[in-house]
Amino acid sequence: MSDRLIESASQTAGPYVHIGCLPSWAGIDGIYPEDLGATIAGPGARGERITLKGRIFDGAGEPLRDSMVELWQADAAGLYQSPGEYRGAADPDFRGWGRAATDADTGLYRFDTILPGAVRSGGVTHAPHVALWIVARGINLGLHTRAYFAGLPENAADPVLTLPELAGRVDTLLAVRDGGTWTFDIHLQGGRETVFFDV
Amino acid sequence: MDWPYWGDVMSDSGPPPRLSPRDFSVQPAALSPAYRSSRLRAPERKLVALPGQLGDLTGPAFGHDLPGAADHDLIHNFAAAGASALGPRIIVHGTLRDESGRPVPDALIEVWQANAGGRYRHKNDAYLAPLDPNFGGCGRVITGADGSYSFLTVVPGPYPWPNGGNDWRPAHIHFSVFGTAFAQRLITQMYFEGDPHIALCPIVNAIPDKGAIDRLTARLDMGRTVPMDMRAYRFDIVLRGPDATMFENGTGG
Ligand SMILES: [Fe+2]
Repeated sequence: MSDRLIESASQTAGPYVHIGCLPSWAGIDGIYPEDLGATIAGPGARGERITLKGRIFDGAGEPLRDSMVELWQADAAGLYQSPGEYRGAADPDFRGWGRAATDADTGLYRFDTILPGAVRSGGVTHAPHVALWIVARGINLGLHTRAYFAGLPENAADPVLTLPELAGRVDTLLAVRDGGTWTFDIHLQGGRETVFFDV
Repeated sequence: MDWPYWGDVMSDSGPPPRLSPRDFSVQPAALSPAYRSSRLRAPERKLVALPGQLGDLTGPAFGHDLPGAADHDLIHNFAAAGASALGPRIIVHGTLRDESGRPVPDALIEVWQANAGGRYRHKNDAYLAPLDPNFGGCGRVITGADGSYSFLTVVPGPYPWPNGGNDWRPAHIHFSVFGTAFAQRLITQMYFEGDPHIALCPIVNAIPDKGAIDRLTARLDMGRTVPMDMRAYRFDIVLRGPDATMFENGTGG
């Protein structure tokens, strides 16, 4: 189509992304009542409560301390809280979207959420997972990846985890459990580089 | 329904349409060595193609009741009563569309910027230029039914930044933009027509396409200028959109 437009070019979020996206975290109070994305699952949301946390390492092994991560996931029944969800109504007390800064000292990001359900769509079952989107100084185009949950039986037949081109790299997409906390570290470069997706 | 946006290319009970494959020729390379921060932060391996996943074609929605009354007004939203931010007063406005040309309504746009002296209100910014006590530096809007948005601010100052040499950012406003799909998520920067720093900037020059840089450059818009009050700049934004073949077939398959 000749009148098709062209996607705007991305530019880095820069080191001060918090001012625009997490202003209270940045110490700018009084403009918004609270930062967006703090509550992924409301108090009445169904499902198993979990914490997902981790660090994002650069090519020198240093954790990023100035980045922002966004999370998007299905509810415990595998439904998205989105106008585009066509399979049914998601849990009314579940939002499914979160936003977090990596800690300025430790580099840790942290999301308090619920374990998502498997997503059945188009005749395919996707193992429980969360989508993560990473922006920061030095990242020119936001990075999409997914955290799956190590040990869940659905992983064995997941259409993404079983992609031939992921052979030898699947571990980079698996969060590891310790009680109610799942750790998902992300490596931007090197032998353990996390799989990033062109979604 | 809450879903008029591309409702005519999907059935009421079908999945959202697939997006066109991303055109990386108009996007910055992950590694652009002149932008030193990218050297240790650019993935070295190819992205793995994962098109058409429901989780990426859905995304969070934000209502028109989200922004407060002054969220769109950076001149006043951090200022003391009766005061306002220092600097040249401007309206920034434009239309959010997708690649098919359709306006994207009800979409959240967040902006942040340095003050008129080029200083950010952030603990990691130690530039010599002073903070403006009446300028916070963030704002947000929800696009209208026609995809339009506008906000009020002051022209941000250029500033020096540590990149190994004598590097200065062109004056710019950061934009974070949501569509309806998580795969449409975009963060970018708006530049100002005529700024000689644009051509010198390693961050800008990570974009390999001259036209793409030009489209990030806002134009003075005298038609929207408020006489004796503020000038206007126009900045249109385009998100990824449904695959063109969807329009011909009328189905996402
Ligand atoms: Fe900036």
